[in-house]
Amino acid sequence: MSTLTGPTRESAGAGAHTCDGVGDDARRPDGAQKVAGRFAFSSDLWADGMVWGATVRSPHPRARLVSVDPSEALRLPGVHCVLTHEDVPGKKTFGLEVADQPVLAVGEVRYQGEAVALVAADSPETARRAVAAVRVEYQPLVAVVDPMEAMLPTAEKVHPSGNIVRHFKLRRGDPFGEAPVVVSGEYEVGMQDQAFLGPESGLAVPADDGGVDLQVATQWLHADRRQVAAALGLPEAKVRLALAGVGGAFGAREDVSLQIHLCLLALRTGRPVKMVYSREESFFGHVHRHPARLRYVHGAARDGRLVFVKAEMVFDGGAYMSSTRAVIGNAGTLSVGPYVVPNVSVDAYGLYTNNPPCGAMRGFGAVQACFAYEAQMDRLAEELGMHPVELRSLNAMSQGSLMPTGQVVDSPAPVADLLRRVAQAPLPPPGPTVADVATEGLLPGGMANTTHGEGVVRGTGYAVGFKNVGFSEGYDDYTTVRVVLAAGPDGPVATVHSAGCELGQGLVTVQAQIARSELGVREVVVETADTRVGSAGSSSASRQTYMTAGALREACGQLRAEMLARAAARLGVPEADLSWAHGEVLGPGGDVLGLPELLEPGPLERTVEWRHRPTQEVDPETGQGDAHVQYSFAAHRAVVDVDTELGLVKVVQIDTAQDVGKAINPGAVLGQIHGGTTQGLGLALMEEIQVEAGRVKNPSFTDYLIPTILDVPPMRVQVLELADPHAPYGLRGVGEAPTISSTPAIVAAVRAATGRRLPRVPLRPQDIVGLGEAAGGTDGADGAAGTGGRAGGAHDLTGGVPEPRGPGSGEGGAVP
Amino acid sequence: MDFHSPRTWADALALKAEHPEAVPIAGGTDVMVELNFNRHRPPALIDISAVPELAQWDRADGHLRVGAGVSYTRLVRELGPRLPGLAMAARTVGSPQIRNRGTVGGNLGSASPAGDAHPPLLAGRASVELASVRGTRLVPVEEFFTGPKRSVLAADELISAFVVRPAPGPEQFCKVGTRNAMVIAVASFAISLDPEHGRVGTGIGSAAPTPRRAAGAEELLEAELSAAGMWERPRPLPDGLLHRFAELVTSAASPIDDVRGSAAYRRHALAIMARRALSWAWADLMRNGNAPCN
Repeated sequence: MSTLTGPTRESAGAGAHTCDGVGDDARRPDGAQKVAGRFAFSSDLWADGMVWGATVRSPHPRARLVSVDPSEALRLPGVHCVLTHEDVPGKKTFGLEVADQPVLAVGEVRYQGEAVALVAADSPETARRAVAAVRVEYQPLVAVVDPMEAMLPTAEKVHPSGNIVRHFKLRRGDPFGEAPVVVSGEYEVGMQDQAFLGPESGLAVPADDGGVDLQVATQWLHADRRQVAAALGLPEAKVRLALAGVGGAFGAREDVSLQIHLCLLALRTGRPVKMVYSREESFFGHVHRHPARLRYVHGAARDGRLVFVKAEMVFDGGAYMSSTRAVIGNAGTLSVGPYVVPNVSVDAYGLYTNNPPCGAMRGFGAVQACFAYEAQMDRLAEELGMHPVELRSLNAMSQGSLMPTGQVVDSPAPVADLLRRVAQAPLPPPGPTVADVATEGLLPGGMANTTHGEGVVRGTGYAVGFKNVGFSEGYDDYTTVRVVLAAGPDGPVATVHSAGCELGQGLVTVQAQIARSELGVREVVVETADTRVGSAGSSSASRQTYMTAGALREACGQLRAEMLARAAARLGVPEADLSWAHGEVLGPGGDVLGLPELLEPGPLERTVEWRHRPTQEVDPETGQGDAHVQYSFAAHRAVVDVDTELGLVKVVQIDTAQDVGKAINPGAVLGQIHGGTTQGLGLALMEEIQVEAGRVKNPSFTDYLIPTILDVPPMRVQVLELADPHAPYGLRGVGEAPTISSTPAIVAAVRAATGRRLPRVPLRPQDIVGLGEAAGGTDGADGAAGTGGRAGGAHDLTGGVPEPRGPGSGEGGAVP
Repeated sequence: MDFHSPRTWADALALKAEHPEAVPIAGGTDVMVELNFNRHRPPALIDISAVPELAQWDRADGHLRVGAGVSYTRLVRELGPRLPGLAMAARTVGSPQIRNRGTVGGNLGSASPAGDAHPPLLAGRASVELASVRGTRLVPVEEFFTGPKRSVLAADELISAFVVRPAPGPEQFCKVGTRNAMVIAVASFAISLDPEHGRVGTGIGSAAPTPRRAAGAEELLEAELSAAGMWERPRPLPDGLLHRFAELVTSAASPIDDVRGSAAYRRHALAIMARRALSWAWADLMRNGNAPCN
């Protein structure tokens, strides 16, 4: 169902084709093991004499921590120790950007599930009993749980610094410009979970040098090491990390979860310590996607050209900072979508509350923005009587366009082309109208026999989105790769060593492909990712293939240069007369020197620390600046059948087009697009951590639903390969873009089928039939469309902290 | 935690009498979830999955007696034509793996208001066979449930089987969930028509503290169909009758707001399911006459 289209591929490396090299569908080395159930995940780690760690967690979203009494737990046979914050020898707090989260609670707990104490015991069962036996006295405090109230200057402070973690301001052009056609709306995105299948787990082993060796499933070994070493009060050299088998990540493993706890217990007990979170604990053990409330006003000329966009975006970051600052930077800079807008005024807020901490998840701030701006584009199209694709194409950015940050888009930006491709893809045949055996499961309600065609209406929706690739806003973002080229018994062997984390996305496969193409070797060994080599940066932000390719290609290039030098010396000719062709040096007189001969003097090794081009911090008052490295674009068309009476949805087909610059591994690219689209489907239709008064109501896969195979439709994927001249091989990060536009496309299709505004995701059946409460009040009160409006005045969303809004108060809409 | 593995039914009953706090486990699809979530730590488990009698079904006196250990997969495969409503419900349980292990006996034992098997058992007027060393008793399903996850099962009793007549006519089951498979019911509804005796059976799931019948709706339909002679000569149901039936089904429910859906939506969904299920069952009747399915 997928096609790869685009310009002819440039050949990799020095021009020769190598089997399973760059651009090939090389097989994952762990694929067969995973299918057969033989792959060792981090939860399978084992060491002789190991004990089991477990965590005592706060049942309260906010409480004063009065006392922790471990005596009863310590009396249980098989319990080795109980640790509290007093047992943290080094820095008592950790955090990805700012160390604001206690390793173990001190004085106050700020969210339900916060770690208060640790136990180590001989068995998981004993550890669990010991957790229950630790007596913790809490004095519950009033929790700050409403993000709109948390913004008010009078609000109770979650941290002494105040509740606003970041206020991002974007100002471009004239924020008070007038437009003849104005639409406004309020939108809400619920709290999505990454829902990886492999729970947090790891094994820490105390070392003879007083340090510790930690195997763990993570996205960023060196960021973990920095925080673990600080908490332990050890030099980083004494904290050694290696990547264990990762069962999915999607952002949820970028923050420290049990890393520090494991090492504290190992050093205290002098024994190897294993921890595995239960599924329920996992919901409390990692950050989630920020829930967001978004108010947008779009103004356009009568021909459909956007005149202005104003927006206010409020993201609930929960109790600790995690990556909220960066998420807000993305939400703000990407707030108007991949469109050219001359006048922009956006305020994006990231907040502290006593809700569950939120941080990185696939799409990282771009998801929430896209849900709102694409809904707005549909409303504008409706108001103008234009086709949604026509309106989007008219305003689409392209190479050379200006971002609202003032940054020039200096590589291909095929937004209109992607939209055209999904719009022209063949539509599915008309839906089944009479249930019979052949169509069972294909109607809304799936296997549950809720309709035989009654109430079913088909709808089609479109969306396009984009996402920055790599770390932005001036971050010093680099990746280290070490490559060794040596003679082996069956020919030359390249060994690639980096700390880049394989999460299932295929980094290990890609590393081998690049080394094969660049060095012309068949055999490549990819070493386990660990901290014996420098940081690879995070496997997140769609950056790891981009960054690792840059570093690895550079290292291989240096090795080739070294071999040319060796060849020149050996042949007694100038290097300039020599050329490299897949694993051989060609001399002027037809001489050929192969790798075995070139490696006779000994192996070659290079370590490269590679950076993408620098970015800038943005101006704090205007958001202007070259904040981003690269953008990744995708468009979706969704076709849905909706049971309009029961509010159930069956996605019939999703068509996707994405520019990937260069598909290093086309099969893996398709996997990312299928998976990303499905995760977006989940947000559209079912995935939400429901939080009430700071408490999670559904911490299980019984009630936190993710799509099953019966929920996932056929997908036609069109992959474009328009090279980015600034990127290694011209590639674009792939992983996040397909998640971003999938959600709004599906919701647009449901809107088309039902005629309802549906301003909130995930859609609930009660919303679809008009019985739900939603953002900005009940259906129809979420804003207004009209003509002759002004951007200022009634639409003024700027100027200080906004008033809290109760349900139903909706934006005023157009005022003549 | 002690783990008992009786090989015979007599041993199982003796163990249960000796350890009344022990929890029986068959497929484990409910019990293990409770254990894993640390919601329940019974002092002992009695694994009844190796008791051969429980995995059997047979016919007696015009009824089917289905052992508590018959899996959903076998129910669909072996009893689908005789118990179509229950088979439809069985197909909506979990995933294929869950259906291979899960049993109706376990569903009854958990006594969840959301148990998928309960509405068709209510609609089919089934009975639950309870056994102990003291003897065996038969309890109508309607009287079995006493509250959320509570039943009349005594501490020394085990569920041995359920007893039900083969479907006397068309049956339907539908279930609303927010995903197209592997989902716990937000609300469910079952209907069974008995044209020979002019009887209607219903069952409501996930919309009251226990699974329950909509007795008023049954009575209305029985009365109206008899008065109009429709059982003998089925004609399309008047819209007004469908509407009143749906209303009475809804009024029999007493749903709550919870993490899976609102009370208002549950009422709304029940009305639509009641109307649709009745119209499908009636259409079957008009199509096939009133030939029993066994």
